[in-house]
Amino acid sequence: MSPQTVIQVKNLKKSFGGRTILNGISLDIYEGETLVIMGGSGCGKSTFLRHLIGSLRPDSGEVWMFGTNIAQASETEMDAIRRRFGMLFQSAALFDSLTVGENIALPLREHTKLDEDIIQIMIKMKLELVGLRGFENLMPAQLSGGMKKRVGLARAIAMDPAIVFYDEPTAGLDPIMTAVIDKLTMDLTRKLKITSVVVTHDMNSVFRIADRIVMLHQGNVLQIGTPDEIRHSSDPLVRQFILGEAEGPVSFFQKGDDYLDLLTAEPNAGKK
Amino acid sequence: MFVESIGRITRSFLKALFKVLGLFVTTVGSFVLGPFRKKPVSRKSFFAQAVFAGIDSLIIVFFVDFFIGMVLAMQSAYQLEQLGATLYVAALVGVSMTREIGPVLTSLVIAGRVGAAITAELATMKVTEQVEALQTLSLNPVRYLVAPRFLALLIMLPCLVILGNFVGIFGGYVIGVTNLGLPSGLYVDTTFEFLTQKDILTGLLKSAVFGMIIALIACHEGLSTEGGAEGVGRSTTRSVVTSFILIIIADAILTAIFYFAKT
Repeated sequence: MSPQTVIQVKNLKKSFGGRTILNGISLDIYEGETLVIMGGSGCGKSTFLRHLIGSLRPDSGEVWMFGTNIAQASETEMDAIRRRFGMLFQSAALFDSLTVGENIALPLREHTKLDEDIIQIMIKMKLELVGLRGFENLMPAQLSGGMKKRVGLARAIAMDPAIVFYDEPTAGLDPIMTAVIDKLTMDLTRKLKITSVVVTHDMNSVFRIADRIVMLHQGNVLQIGTPDEIRHSSDPLVRQFILGEAEGPVSFFQKGDDYLDLLTAEPNAGKK
Repeated sequence: MFVESIGRITRSFLKALFKVLGLFVTTVGSFVLGPFRKKPVSRKSFFAQAVFAGIDSLIIVFFVDFFIGMVLAMQSAYQLEQLGATLYVAALVGVSMTREIGPVLTSLVIAGRVGAAITAELATMKVTEQVEALQTLSLNPVRYLVAPRFLALLIMLPCLVILGNFVGIFGGYVIGVTNLGLPSGLYVDTTFEFLTQKDILTGLLKSAVFGMIIALIACHEGLSTEGGAEGVGRSTTRSVVTSFILIIIADAILTAIFYFAKT
């Protein structure tokens, strides 16, 4: 049985002020899989995610989701599509002025005609899924970082979406909370058959949750593969990244001669 | 070099102006089209904003207007005493309060109190991804955030001005009766004798315009914030300064229109 494609990205290009961020990315995302997008800082993975959720429009290329090219969709079309996916933001992005319960209920109240009783039951169900029973009346400011992420996840799945996007879900969390978030991601994928697209560079969680891994580098797809294929990759860049080494194709240290020149150069030499 | 920088400033000014006008159009659109699309502006958040912008501002507005009314009475009495016409203090305070001082001063106070708060709140929401989160939940930030604040200021600022006018006139009355020795009933009669309906209407029209300026500038600055905590501070400052300048400019234009329309 061949897997069904839910998101198809074709030759996506984007540049900001002359600097190319995405340099022609093509990618298929299949139904029910957990796809991890990884890459170093500034490789364009966050920008790529912003294109998938339609908050940025590409310079050229296509993003097909639910049979619509969202790179050219109107706001009305986009609104309908946005109801079918959820997004967990890096900072959780809970609305400060609303309680935990109201945060989760917001999309339900705005987009459905459900009774208040049913909405209350749904809030409890979603909170139960993320292990926060009885938290509905707290304000976001009263929660820890990990709890906020879990409430953010509960809000993202409030409308029972087909796809959930995660922007660095485990950044800034302790190892236990990281494991909890990873487990939630896996549970949602397996139990609710949700397609998950995760942007992260936390190597432990990558290999724990991923069905497939995409490695981005300088706005291009460097490699796509299963965790095993990535782990045994022969590409020096991928190897450096997964082993977490400072030295390698991506070098932090410049050559010694340049540094000496830089230090001894006349301060105003270039201006005259 | 000089011409070039003038051109650049003009361009960025026009760009910002078009953005604010665009925000105005989409905000009004969300009121007009909202009910047809089954997406009306939330009544609950409108009332929350109206309470914050209006009722919570009462004390500071009363405070400012009361003392300004007293100051107006003393300053005009200083001049009118020489003509032996201290009775006209009542007329002067009444007319200048309703036509000019009340609307402008109240608006400046509200720009500082409410406009700054709106910008700071929306800017924080922007830099903490909450505005983007609204969009991914298919909630339009203009309908959800801007529209209730816009309507709240459009309605509450004229209300504040009406109440503030009374307090300002009362401030003048206190000076007139206690210090200038004018009879209480005569002061009140003189005030209302010189006050025409047009004075009150022009003052209220001005304050409605100022309310829209405060709301649009505050929301525009808030939603276009970039760059963390520093950006929030920068936007808030710019919001208050821009509102102040635009209120004064709009006041000059509107006053000129009313003045020349008279003839």
